Amino acid sequence: MSKVRRTMLFIPGDNPGMLLNGGVLGADSIIFDLEDAVSLTEKDSARILVRNALKNLDYGKTEVIVRINALNTDFWKKDLDQIIPALPDVIMPPKIERAEDIVKICEYISKIEKDMGIEDKTIKIIPIIETSLGIENSFQIGQASPRLEALFLGAEDLTANIGAKRTKSGDEIFYSRSRIVIAAKASEIQAIDTPYTDIDDEEGLKKDAQFAKDMGFDGKASISPRHVETINKVFTPSEEEIEFAKEVIEAINRAEKEGRGVISMKGQMIDAPIVNRANHVLEIYKSVMGGSINE
Amino acid sequence: MKIQGTAIAGTLESNDVLITLSPSSNNKVEIDLSSIVKKQFGDQIEEIVREMLEEFNIEEGNIKIQDMGALDCTIKARIETAILRLKEGK
Repeated sequence: MSKVRRTMLFIPGDNPGMLLNGGVLGADSIIFDLEDAVSLTEKDSARILVRNALKNLDYGKTEVIVRINALNTDFWKKDLDQIIPALPDVIMPPKIERAEDIVKICEYISKIEKDMGIEDKTIKIIPIIETSLGIENSFQIGQASPRLEALFLGAEDLTANIGAKRTKSGDEIFYSRSRIVIAAKASEIQAIDTPYTDIDDEEGLKKDAQFAKDMGFDGKASISPRHVETINKVFTPSEEEIEFAKEVIEAINRAEKEGRGVISMKGQMIDAPIVNRANHVLEIYKSVMGGSINE
Repeated sequence: MKIQGTAIAGTLESNDVLITLSPSSNNKVEIDLSSIVKKQFGDQIEEIVREMLEEFNIEEGNIKIQDMGALDCTIKARIETAILRLKEGK
């Protein structure tokens, strides 16, 4: 199965204390940020600091992602020159608008991988889609490379780009959320939702994360370690969901043994989508809680 | 290589280190270390500094290290940044 990415926590790339603690904050993935969180005068120091952290610190099972600077800056190639040899799991390029942007980045990463003797396509990519053009081209972007693991919606830049007011209800990004989920799923990759930016609004966060999950997102980004637990909880299957999924799989296994084609459980017809969903729930359960599918 | 001019990298925040490179007046490397963990790790920090200077062929200059409990990899990153800034005249 693909990696579980319930939470993706942004960590400023020029903050040694936070880089040190990244692996113990509970997020499935951490994003070391070389872009917006780092001032223009500290771009050089942040990329060296992040490179050294990657080479020397153990983040355990936490996936390590590095957000590089945008393609329209002088920094992105310098970022990749330093970061790729230190083997992050994923590179997150911001402001991706076209499939060609992904191709350009992949070519540069492939060259470094080859020069360093790293196996081709070791480093994965999760692009941030945060402009109107990026949203409209999201399916082509999702198809652009086998390195792609997910599409990530960045709503702050997006709403600024389209001239919309960013609200807690998120009505202004409903179309973009839908578009990203459909484009990602049609490309057989994950969809990651934008962060909830009010750090103190726990209830609002819970509601926003639940809405994203219900829409089909696989996880949600966070700009605060305080949001990690809530997001994890929302994107972790509930006990009822796990029990139901186990019953579905048991019913399927029983029917197969008995040679029955049509399966019903508690009066409900069990068809392929229900089985797929049950498998998905149990895979997340197994991954995050160490549970056995056969329990 | 002699350190000519001044370059700074890092901060005085917790877990970080502030490195200041400047010219030396007596033709040698001078290390000025202050650290919240100097008693326990002073020698180790100085060894890291000397390793980095050797790696970048710095034979003469003043290196001021104000350590706030930085890890080795942070100290190395900050020294490398300061040296690169010196080379680029930042």
